[in-house]
Amino acid sequence: MIPLEAYLVLAGLIFSIGLINLLISRNMIILFISVEVMLAGVNLMLVAMAHYMNDIRGHVLALFSIAVTAGSVAVGLSLLVAYFNLKKSIDSEELRELRERLDG
Amino acid sequence: MIYLIFGYFCIATVGISIVALTRKNPVHAVLGLLLLFLHIAVIYLFLNAEFLAMVQIIVYAGAILVMFLFTLFLLGAKELSSTKRYTSIFEGRVLIGVATMAVIVGAFSLIETKYKGKYTISYIQEIGNTKAVGVLLFNEYPIGVLLIGIILLIPMIAVAVLAWRKNDTS
Repeated sequence: MIPLEAYLVLAGLIFSIGLINLLISRNMIILFISVEVMLAGVNLMLVAMAHYMNDIRGHVLALFSIAVTAGSVAVGLSLLVAYFNLKKSIDSEELRELRERLDG
Repeated sequence: MIYLIFGYFCIATVGISIVALTRKNPVHAVLGLLLLFLHIAVIYLFLNAEFLAMVQIIVYAGAILVMFLFTLFLLGAKELSSTKRYTSIFEGRVLIGVATMAVIVGAFSLIETKYKGKYTISYIQEIGNTKAVGVLLFNEYPIGVLLIGIILLIPMIAVAVLAWRKNDTS
C-alpha cells in the first residue's frame, strides 16, 4: 500500500514546479502552461485525499475544477490572441499599459 | 512491483514537468504537457479513479492542449521563440518559489487523516467508480452541475465577443 504522503508530496512538487516557472517566465504561453501544471497538482491531491479518506466527493470537486479550468483557459487564450494582434508580442514584461507612471 | 511502477511514475511526472516548462519552443512545452497529463492519468488509476483518468485524457489531452496548439499556430512560432524567456532578476523569485515548495512539501509529508467517509473501496468495487461518482454528483450536487453548465457557457460567449471585436476594428 503506497502511503498518502507520497501522493501529497508528489502533488506538492508538481504544484511548486509550476509556481516557480509562473514566477520567473516571460513567455505568456509558458505562463498558461504553468497554471495547467499547478492545477494538475491540485487535482492529484484532491483525488489522493478522496481515495485515502474513503470519500468520493474529492472526485466530484476535481471534475468541477477541470470544467472551470477549461473555461478559464479558453478565455485566457482568446485574450492572448487579441493582445498579440494588438501588440505583436506576448512578453509579459511589456504588459504595462495600466501601470502607474512613477517617473512623471 | 507496485512500488517500482509508482516510483517510475513519480520520477517521470516531476521530470517531465521540469523538462516541459524549460523548453524554448512552446510547441515542445505543450507536447511535454501532454505527456505529463498522460502520466497523471495513470496515477489516477493507482487511486481507483478510472472515470477521472478518462476525463483527464479526454478533456485535457483532447480539448485543452488542442486549444493551446491552435493558439500557438495562430500566433506563429517564429515570433514566440525570439522573446526572452525569463525575467531579468529571477533569483529572488526562484527563492520565493523554493521556499513555498519547502513549506508545501514539509506540510504535506506530515498530514494524517482521521476522517473516513462512507464510500469505501468495497462499495466502489460493487457499483463501479463511474456510477458512484454519477450518483453522488446528481444526487448531492445538482445545482453544481447546472452552475458548471453556465460557467462553461459564459466563456463561449466571451470568446465570441472577443473575436467579433477584432473583426470590427480591422
